[in-house]
Amino acid sequence: MSTDARISARALARRRRSASLRRGWALFREHRSGVAGLVILGCFTAMALLAPLVSDSAGLSVTRSTGGILQPPDSQFWLGTDENGRSILTLLVWGSRISLFVGLLATAISMFVGTIMGLAAGYFRGFVGAALFRITEWFLVIPFLPLAIVIATVLQRGLLTIAFVIGITSWPGTALLIRSQVLSIRERPYIERAQILGAGRWHQIRRHILPNVMPMVFANTTLTVAVAILTETTLSFLGLGDPTRVSWGSMLEGAYSVGAMTTGSWWYILPPGICVVLVVLSFVLVGQALEDVLNPRLRRR
Amino acid sequence: MTGSVWRAENVHVSFGTTPRSRALDGVDLEIRSGEIVALVGESGSGKTTLARVITGLQAPTTGQVLLDGEPLGTGQRALRAYRRRTQLILQDPLGALNPRHTVYESVAEGIRLHGLAASDPEGRSEAELVAAALSSAGLRPPERLFLRYPHELSGGQRQRVLIAGSLALSPELLIADEPVSSLDASIRGEILALLLRLRETLGLGVLVVTHDLGLAWNIADRVAVMYLGRIVESGSTEEVLQRPQHPYTRALLSVVPEIEGMEQTILTGEIPDPARIPPGCRFHPRCPALERGEASAAGVDEACRTQDPRLLPLPLPGHAAACHLAQVRAGAATGTATESGRTS
Amino acid sequence: MAEDAIVVDESLGSETLLDLRSLSVTYQTDQGPVPAVRGVDLTVRRGEVVGVAGESGCGKSTLASTVLRLQPATATVTGEVLVSGADVITMRWGELRALRWAGASIVFQGALHALNPVQSVGAQIGEPIRIHEPGIEDSEVTARISELLQQVGLSPSRAAMYPHQLSGGQRQRVMIAMALACRPALIVADEPTTALDVMVQAQVLGVLEKLVKDLDVGMMIISHDLSVLASSCDRIVVMYAGRVVEEGPAHAVFDRALHPYTAALSAAFPRVGDPAARFAPAGLAGDPPDPTSRPPGCSFAPRCPLAIEACREAEPELREIEPGRWAACIRVGEP
Repeated sequence: MSTDARISARALARRRRSASLRRGWALFREHRSGVAGLVILGCFTAMALLAPLVSDSAGLSVTRSTGGILQPPDSQFWLGTDENGRSILTLLVWGSRISLFVGLLATAISMFVGTIMGLAAGYFRGFVGAALFRITEWFLVIPFLPLAIVIATVLQRGLLTIAFVIGITSWPGTALLIRSQVLSIRERPYIERAQILGAGRWHQIRRHILPNVMPMVFANTTLTVAVAILTETTLSFLGLGDPTRVSWGSMLEGAYSVGAMTTGSWWYILPPGICVVLVVLSFVLVGQALEDVLNPRLRRR
Repeated sequence: MTGSVWRAENVHVSFGTTPRSRALDGVDLEIRSGEIVALVGESGSGKTTLARVITGLQAPTTGQVLLDGEPLGTGQRALRAYRRRTQLILQDPLGALNPRHTVYESVAEGIRLHGLAASDPEGRSEAELVAAALSSAGLRPPERLFLRYPHELSGGQRQRVLIAGSLALSPELLIADEPVSSLDASIRGEILALLLRLRETLGLGVLVVTHDLGLAWNIADRVAVMYLGRIVESGSTEEVLQRPQHPYTRALLSVVPEIEGMEQTILTGEIPDPARIPPGCRFHPRCPALERGEASAAGVDEACRTQDPRLLPLPLPGHAAACHLAQVRAGAATGTATESGRTS
Repeated sequence: MAEDAIVVDESLGSETLLDLRSLSVTYQTDQGPVPAVRGVDLTVRRGEVVGVAGESGCGKSTLASTVLRLQPATATVTGEVLVSGADVITMRWGELRALRWAGASIVFQGALHALNPVQSVGAQIGEPIRIHEPGIEDSEVTARISELLQQVGLSPSRAAMYPHQLSGGQRQRVMIAMALACRPALIVADEPTTALDVMVQAQVLGVLEKLVKDLDVGMMIISHDLSVLASSCDRIVVMYAGRVVEEGPAHAVFDRALHPYTAALSAAFPRVGDPAARFAPAGLAGDPPDPTSRPPGCSFAPRCPLAIEACREAEPELREIEPGRWAACIRVGEP
């Protein structure tokens, strides 16, 4: 009988969880800007995933290009061509893959490091916590872009390097956020109750602290992605990206180096610029909406 | 029941730097299983700190806690084993339950931590143990509450869930910190009745930490009154509450609104800062007996100002007070009371 | 019926400061309208202390907030709230502003959060005085602040201190001094002693008692603790599920309750020394009713030890059982 109760208990728990997800979704939908961001993100993700279907990667090759040099938009090249005669639209579609990939990977690295550092800095009192906090602060005050440039120059050029550089330089913000959250959660009476029941540190972190900071980590992720994509663009623009691949940043760099601005080749600058702005903006919008949904303190009057 | 004995011996707890704040300043207390003891005092008296020391959440600066004569270990493993036998029910039942955990998860937490489902002598499953704990805390039928979240429960139910979480470990001593102060008046009685029933059916010892003398009268066998980090009077509930000997206990009793016919003695000010404990008797700057000249009439006013009184037995059954005047009045030899001097 | 009570009050000749007439407050929520207060009649006269007792969710705090129209915007109020004869519900903004502080004032619970941490307590006490009497001399404000602090038993030197430098009891006194700043005729104290120790509670209650005597104001004290009200009030009104279930002289209500709910509340605070309470804590089974789903008939019936079938059919009227004592229970006064 009791096993029956337990099985149905599990099933009920699952049902409850899906109900709370649905409630969260309903709350999310109340944020128009968040929904708009989600739609835009969906479009870009689809574009990145479907790139091989909608355009031929041969269009990225400099040697096999078919268009003229810096040709304005026409019926064949909807967004014109670059200085090598490649279609801007093709570059844009394939560039989205790199920009999004680097952005997401860098974010994953940053969130992972930031969460671990933040958890440890917040949870442990005394020397360990203080030392980790100092390290975090130290990383925070290092000018971010110069450090990224230095690391990117020293390490081998490549996609993973770029992601690593961005990830390793952008975690302190996350760590500080998580730390402050952990500091407040660890003072909650239920942590003490777990201790009274005989829980060790690992149990307290895993069962009580982590589940309570995860929503904040998620909300923060979307904001970090935005920063990571911007940074990727910046680094590529500065010529520190992967030279063998096209990203929105490297397109901007190309446009800058051929003087697209002075020649009036707006079709070379605007599309990648607008794409970066749109993706970054929609990540921020989704992040704000998510934060509202997941943070019970902001929710409901 | 085996009849275990918990004993706090000369426990001191101090915090901070000079002047160190002496939250507990030499406390002795004994509790046996099957006994209900009320630890009474105002906020700042150190009663919650003492509860935390007895639970092993706070290490005493000096002094020790003994269970059946064995000093309380400091290692993780030793504390874990100790906590199975000694459980603390925190104040504020809403805060003490993780808002993201269901009732089932909250009650099962201790069972999982100690692997009780695997070692249960009757071979009960985890769900059966949780159900049993909830029923003994008076939540029936338990299955109906399994999947509720704390915010969906009433205040009384939350307190019972907390108690159930502790009962699941089958402890021998339950320490309850202000168990009813956050509950509605009509719920109070039910929770107190539950504590009484647990003592009867499971032979639990209960230490109730409270500022409420009425609560002590309701359920306690013995009462210990704390003031500024010390126990100043202790004894059987009837003795202490009906024949209080310490002026502080008398004053506390006089301001309980429901006690009629007792002239109110409202002490001025509040409990002093534990970093600046007055010399002599720690209560003397607020003592109404000293102020009214009763102490000087008995010839102890000088002692009150300069000598720290110890908690000594009075010639009344099981009754002790840390007061020069009470000792003189009771006809006890004051010599032993005054020579002890200050504790460091 | 309550109208009769008002007539009797006026025949006593003392001025009625607060007069609630069939007051109802309903909150509009996602789950539909939730009645918080349902048809309450209550008066407070000059020089009188009236206690309102009840548990969380019984509507007592909502009741207090309507006195100065402080209830949330989602609340619909019907009936009349007369403060010194003027109806607060229909009052224009200007009049309401004059009424708040100067006509009636509220001492809120939670004194730490109600005080501004970055302003000295003197400045905070002086603020309403300056607002209500523009152009007042600084020296006069200082003198008034000193006087107010003395009235609540604090030394005037405390005026320069900040809230965190004061203890809980002292902060509560500052809150009372603030409420007195514009010399209101009516003071509403919402849980003035909750979270205070017994000794400090006695001190604060002493201050309130002295104020009523010295300043000849009217006071309404709201508390969940019937014993506190019994020792500090003249009259007690007991509320359950948004309605008054018992009203009468304080000691009579506490010592010989008519309504079974009042009896349970009274027994929840045992008299030390009473052998009947020894090892026999008295309580009620069940929880206070959920305002969104109230049982039919008497709201208290599901928890009532005396409930009979008739109790579940109709909500009992508040009726006078003996002179000056009212109860809403059909079983009271049964032979």
